[in-house]
Amino acid sequence: MPDLGEMIRESQIWKSIFRHPMPVDRRNRIVVMLTNFFLHLHPVSIKKQGIALSYTWCMGGVTFFLFLVETVTGVLLMFYYRPTVEWAYTDIQMLRDVHSLGILREIHRWGAHAMVITVWLHMYRVFLTGSYKPPREFNWVVGVFLLLLTLLLSFTGYLLPWDQLAVWAITVGSNMARATPILGHEGPGQQLLTLGGVDMITNASDARFALLGAREVGEETLNRFYILHCIAIPLGVALLLAIHFWRVRKDGGISGPL
Amino acid sequence: MTHGLTDAQFFDKVSSFLVVFYLALALMNGIAALYLWRSGKMKTWLKLPLPLLGKVSISNALVWLTVGMGFAVLGAAAGGRPDWLSLPESFRDMINESTGPVIYSAGTTVILIILFFFRSFFVRPAVAWTIWNLMWLFLGLSMTDRDFFEIVAKPDNVPIVMLVFLLAFFTWLGTSQAVANDKRMANGEPPLEKLGNEKVLVWPDLVYPELICMIALTAFLIFWAIALPAPLEEAASSVKTPNPSKAPWYFLGLQEMLVYYDPWMAGVVLPSLVVAGLMAIPYLDFNKAGNGYYTIKERMFSYSIFQFGFLEMWITLIVLGTLLRGPNWNFFGPYEHWDAHKVQALNNVNLSEMFWEQFMPWISSFIPWISSSSWALPGTLSLADISPSLDPSNWPSPIAWLGGIVDPFLQFFSLLFGRELPGTLLVLGYFIALPPLMALTVFRNFYKRMGFIRFMVMANLLLFMGSLPIKMLLRWIFDLKYLISIPEYFFNF
Repeated sequence: MPDLGEMIRESQIWKSIFRHPMPVDRRNRIVVMLTNFFLHLHPVSIKKQGIALSYTWCMGGVTFFLFLVETVTGVLLMFYYRPTVEWAYTDIQMLRDVHSLGILREIHRWGAHAMVITVWLHMYRVFLTGSYKPPREFNWVVGVFLLLLTLLLSFTGYLLPWDQLAVWAITVGSNMARATPILGHEGPGQQLLTLGGVDMITNASDARFALLGAREVGEETLNRFYILHCIAIPLGVALLLAIHFWRVRKDGGISGPL
Repeated sequence: MTHGLTDAQFFDKVSSFLVVFYLALALMNGIAALYLWRSGKMKTWLKLPLPLLGKVSISNALVWLTVGMGFAVLGAAAGGRPDWLSLPESFRDMINESTGPVIYSAGTTVILIILFFFRSFFVRPAVAWTIWNLMWLFLGLSMTDRDFFEIVAKPDNVPIVMLVFLLAFFTWLGTSQAVANDKRMANGEPPLEKLGNEKVLVWPDLVYPELICMIALTAFLIFWAIALPAPLEEAASSVKTPNPSKAPWYFLGLQEMLVYYDPWMAGVVLPSLVVAGLMAIPYLDFNKAGNGYYTIKERMFSYSIFQFGFLEMWITLIVLGTLLRGPNWNFFGPYEHWDAHKVQALNNVNLSEMFWEQFMPWISSFIPWISSSSWALPGTLSLADISPSLDPSNWPSPIAWLGGIVDPFLQFFSLLFGRELPGTLLVLGYFIALPPLMALTVFRNFYKRMGFIRFMVMANLLLFMGSLPIKMLLRWIFDLKYLISIPEYFFNF
């Protein structure tokens, strides 16, 4: 009676996927890191101190994992959600009360809150250990952009349930854009952009209008925020994440004393 | 959320939460005691002479075990009479009455400063663990207050509570390592991170912990999602404006700044500067020490600036904006009912009004040849004022056209350097005169090492950061509204 596990591991299919034996000895533990697509983000070996939990807090990794959770639950939620004023709220209610996958919305919402917190904690740790110092200056800048995109992801997602909390939080938040200097219709310097006595910056052409797609938070805003939330910003995050991880490796690996 | 519940129903609701809450705390202390015992970190704190038993040594593990049992008793009590487990009414009233934006801001500042200066005391495990337990106990005892519960248990506010506890923990974790390293380096030893620099294979030493972490996190998220429904209020309505209307919680520090700044500053300029300032940190911090290990002493300047900005200005303002700002953005104590009809007198005055209408008449009353009643706010200038002999209606069209372009500038600058002159001078002095002064005095060495551009960027970022506490103080002490107030051009500072 041949061992079933061995049969599988000796099969042509298995060997075509994993190009080396199981990582049980030193050699194959090195090979697995080099040949596996998902693992090749990591180096083969690493300073023991660099991965001590009390040192790293693991918050960058947790943030990345939360981003993956948000992506997976978000894609599944898109099956059940229509970004229109007519349906948005009802669809969310249905997720809570009817669909068996409704818990995905709770996970998605709480995960989003948690992600904002873990990004802050990650940056807190990076600051406290001085890990932004040379040669990692640029990666800190990439990280600040990622912080910004995380907040924008959370902000755009806030609107989608189309409940009182959502609409008024976005109204209050986006009202600030009216006061953008020069480009907001209630901002300082708005009067400077006039042509022949006609204001160029009005409530139908200013920064807030560009954000909302309308004078008030409405149908157009919901559509705009939906696309930003589900496509535009995640793509930006994915690109910056790739750069962020790449630069961790290129800038001397995981942080530690020089 | 608890509206329409009778007191009995409310306590029922709280009771089911508090039982789990206190049992979790009991478990937490039990695990701590077990950890101390098993890891050989048990310490005898004192030897207590007891009758019959002789001298009994009281160890830290025993103390935390007792605390844990105390929490278990509280858990049992919460199942029966949660109303007993509350802070005394008089104490809560005292907190409500004594707190306000001033006490809150000054108090958090003082607490953070004390924590900072006595950090080597506060990071001791026993002290930190005591504070940690007291924080949770305070939360638990407060939850039986309806008004407190109403705010803290609002689903959208739960992350703030988590944030506060997580920050307390991680600040302790970072500071305790920094304190240990600073002590070592004072003795000429390398920081702990430099010891044991042997390398390990990523498989399994990193890959396995990552996997465990992912599983634990997934379990935590699922548990959280089941235990606590995510926020969902009634359907949106454009006619029913909630009071207070709040931005998402992570922007509430910015919304709180609206109390002191116009929207163009609080909502646009200052947030942009926060982002720009964060990005500038690695290029401004020329200190090469403290790269890759926890330390405070080697980076005193950058550390204190960052903590001031992060813990004091970002986090405490978010907590204030979320938990303590109620209807009409009025301040409410933690145990105070959010009464939409609470009226707070707003008698804030602009600097220009103070200057022209109060200060100048007062000054001129001492000078005999100036009438003290002739002072008033200066007005604006327009092109017509410059050539008053011409009637604007008779102007040839090129001049009228020119006037249309020039007049806004003329009016704006005549207000800036006329009516608002005192504030303009102060603000210009602050942003233009202070950086060179700083370079010549306190920041002499910084200026030498940073060069002109880098120093100016840093000085201006610091001045913008410092403008918030300055504006707060001016508001609290002088009821000052704006230093420069040109609402005609949406330009208030």
